[in-house]
Amino acid sequence: MNKRDFLKGAILFFPAGGLLAMARDASGKANGKAYEPASHFYGMGIEIDKCIGCSRCVEACKAENDVPAEPFYFRTWIERYQIRPSGESVVESINVKGRKRDEAADDRDFVRTFFVPKLCNQCAHPPCVQVCPVGATFQTKDGVVLVDKDRCLGCRYCIQACPYGARYLDPRTHTADKCTFCYHRVVKGLQPACVEVCPTGARIFGDLKSRASRLVRFARMNKVHVLKPALNTEPKVYYAQLDGEVR
Amino acid sequence: MNPETAAGLYELLEQVTGYIYPNEIEIHWSILIVAYPYLTGLVAGAFILASLVKVFNVKEVQPVYRLSLLTALAFLLVAPMPLLLHLGRPERFYEILLTPNPTSAMAMFGFVYAWYLMGVLLLEIWFEFRRDLVVLAQQARPPLRWLYAALSLFSKDISDGALAFDRKAIRAITVIGIPSAFLLHGYVGFIFGSVKANPWWSSVLMPLVFLMSAIVSGIALVVFLYMVLTALRRQPIDMACLDKVTSYLFYAVIVDFSLEALDFIHRLYESEESVGILAKLITDKLFMSLFVLQILLGMFIPLGILVLAKSSRRFNDDLRKLLYFTAVILIQLGIFATRWNVVIGGQLFSKSFRGLMTYKMEVMGIEGLAVTIVVLVLPFVILAAFVRLLPTQRLAEREAAGAAALSGGSR
Repeated sequence: MNKRDFLKGAILFFPAGGLLAMARDASGKANGKAYEPASHFYGMGIEIDKCIGCSRCVEACKAENDVPAEPFYFRTWIERYQIRPSGESVVESINVKGRKRDEAADDRDFVRTFFVPKLCNQCAHPPCVQVCPVGATFQTKDGVVLVDKDRCLGCRYCIQACPYGARYLDPRTHTADKCTFCYHRVVKGLQPACVEVCPTGARIFGDLKSRASRLVRFARMNKVHVLKPALNTEPKVYYAQLDGEVR
Repeated sequence: MNPETAAGLYELLEQVTGYIYPNEIEIHWSILIVAYPYLTGLVAGAFILASLVKVFNVKEVQPVYRLSLLTALAFLLVAPMPLLLHLGRPERFYEILLTPNPTSAMAMFGFVYAWYLMGVLLLEIWFEFRRDLVVLAQQARPPLRWLYAALSLFSKDISDGALAFDRKAIRAITVIGIPSAFLLHGYVGFIFGSVKANPWWSSVLMPLVFLMSAIVSGIALVVFLYMVLTALRRQPIDMACLDKVTSYLFYAVIVDFSLEALDFIHRLYESEESVGILAKLITDKLFMSLFVLQILLGMFIPLGILVLAKSSRRFNDDLRKLLYFTAVILIQLGIFATRWNVVIGGQLFSKSFRGLMTYKMEVMGIEGLAVTIVVLVLPFVILAAFVRLLPTQRLAEREAAGAAALSGGSR
């Protein structure tokens, strides 16, 4: 290459680079604004009377998030409550196969039966975040509690500190893991997998900072309650028609 | 996932009674985490016994002063090992020192530990042994001479002024050391006591209970070691010392028992939401380790033995020694059971308060029994090395004691 060719190339090259950058910015604007975590605050509503216990949410969650298949690791699971006239409840996690079920029980023995989907409550005051010695578990600005598996020591203090049993130690990475509200989907404007697949619309995901959000509508239309309110963890998973037996 | 682990968990699933959250099947804090508070408790207890000599001028305890300090050091060196082995990612342990989370009780571990090791224990030991190290460096032959010289940090000054400064320094360090020892073990109690999700742990008394049981176990350990050491060296036991130390042990057990009884009665009386499952826990899962090992064998029987040894003047020295020896071994067993009941007990019930899990201890695995035994034996090996290298009595005192023993023998 002689000097002349080089200069020609250089003259073309730099403006072309600038044009590419401009094109990139323009395409970004076409897709809407860049994601701004501080302008969101996510939560979930669960309408217990709508849950039919089909467990599609559990399966979708395991598939979407590569949760180990064994029945000891769940980011979300379904509990079945059967309450006897005496007030005694028979509770079962319907996704844990291998335990003997009491099939002989007659439906008429119970006064109320219902399913309760459970997941990480994405607490506003998360005890897991408080106790993590290295800050591997943290809260995002949009209100989701996440685990950085590249920082987690696997000390499991967070698992002990979670009042809801929402965490497990991933046997492959030996680090703590739990529901992320499908953060990778949410930041793209998608619904969490469990919400997307629920056939009855029992799960409602939304942004508490947006007045138009489905979650805000849910909270307007239902009396809602959270799990273990006495612990003051301020869960952001809100249950409608929550029975007092549910812990 | 490791098929063996999976099989183990399926097996545990069959043993669940009632309802547990599905993620709760795995018991996360294993017997290694039982060993951790047990070891730090011994450190704090041994140090507090040593401080009795320096701060409260309890002269009778002087014969076990150095032994207590060395015991504390030997156990402190091993104390972080079970934690490290237990981590899912042990290679990342340094993060706890480099990027600690200020709201985490556990993150303080590195600082509390480093402070206690370097700010208190090593410093006090150095000042205490400095003179003897200087003397030994002059007397010993080359390989050891260099070691002693290095351990004395190449100081040579053993003038009266320098020794007076040593004594002053020791006293000052001990004064700081007592609250530090309280911090070291009270902090371990806080790690458990501050977990509000767990009603078996969550108690403001937890740091105090840990502290008192630490003092109990530390004193009992030093008594045990003192008796073994004198027997190995065929030296006479200083009965005044032994009587005094076991008196402290007796009071410490009483206070420890009272605190635990208070905690128990308080829970029972308040009878909160969790009382049902906790009652099931102690009757179904912890009956042996709580009622039999911790309370009966670890407290009532040793207390009875100590009362017996103290109350009757008919017992001669040999019988008293036997009684004390039995008592301290039982106490040690009881404190280990105490740690077990806290750490493992707190993980055997579901946070749904509806069911109980089972802990199946590994034997050979990294979190198993074999490793734990190594972790528990290692401090004794380290201590044996310390005791071989460093005089457990001041050099001049040792000669005097030897002379006294000789004259006693000739009588």
